[in-house]
Amino acid sequence: MKDLFNTTLILNAIFVFSLGTTLAGALIAVLSTRLIRGVTGLAICCLGLSGQYYFLHSPFLALMEILIYIGAVCVTIVFAVMLVEPDEPANEEKRTPALEWGGAMLALTAGLFWALSRLVLGAGWTEPEAALKGSGAISAIGIHLLTTYSLAFELISLALLVAIIGALAIARSGRTKP
Amino acid sequence: MTNPLYDQLQVYLFMAAFLLAAGIYGLVRRRTLIGMLIAGELIFAAASLNLMAFSRFTVKDPAVGQIFVLFIMGLAAAEVAIALSVMLAVYRNYRSVTTKELTDLKG
Repeated sequence: MKDLFNTTLILNAIFVFSLGTTLAGALIAVLSTRLIRGVTGLAICCLGLSGQYYFLHSPFLALMEILIYIGAVCVTIVFAVMLVEPDEPANEEKRTPALEWGGAMLALTAGLFWALSRLVLGAGWTEPEAALKGSGAISAIGIHLLTTYSLAFELISLALLVAIIGALAIARSGRTKP
Repeated sequence: MTNPLYDQLQVYLFMAAFLLAAGIYGLVRRRTLIGMLIAGELIFAAASLNLMAFSRFTVKDPAVGQIFVLFIMGLAAAEVAIALSVMLAVYRNYRSVTTKELTDLKG
């Protein structure tokens, strides 16, 4: 029993650490003034999220989160930050309306968070029968992807192809102009 | 005996709600297109975390949520590629990605 308690304690500590990483990353991503720090915050947030995916019994998605979000999305945004002007402009508009809007939005989003939290606490979540639970292992995901969800899988690949070609076409146009 | 902290659905839902709120706040507050894109990614992450938590705790087959979140990640990557190429095109025309300056009409 003592051993079990210790294991739970350690797991809880790691989980709280991943929660804190996600929180801090999201706050950095939203509140920092320099854009490159915002991208770093997004990367930190995704690192924490991958820890939570691991705790949700999905090491595959934890790896995918790091691979796709940090490895692809954040790096692409860093490239964009390098190509266009990196910094948010100084606050040249009038202080008072900006502060008022910022305060209003802060109150609105805090209210949204409060309402969602009330909803989460108020609802009675039911667990399904344990006998019906399949396995969430990677092999099960692979079988699902190639049988039940094969059409969606192909459509996603098609969407990615269209996105790549479209991105090339859009970014290329106007390049020859002075 | 209650479940440990990492085995409770509510914790994940709180986290997702926070990410959604932070994303919406950043979407309104940011003054450049790239900053708004970053905030949008936070909202994507909130949706993914919600789906994943529900699939872990309340759904019969835990593989379905993972596949769905995988699709969301793929679509998010495609969306980022498109959005960044649009930003590059906008930057070529306007020499800025500040939302305040992306106007042709007066006002």
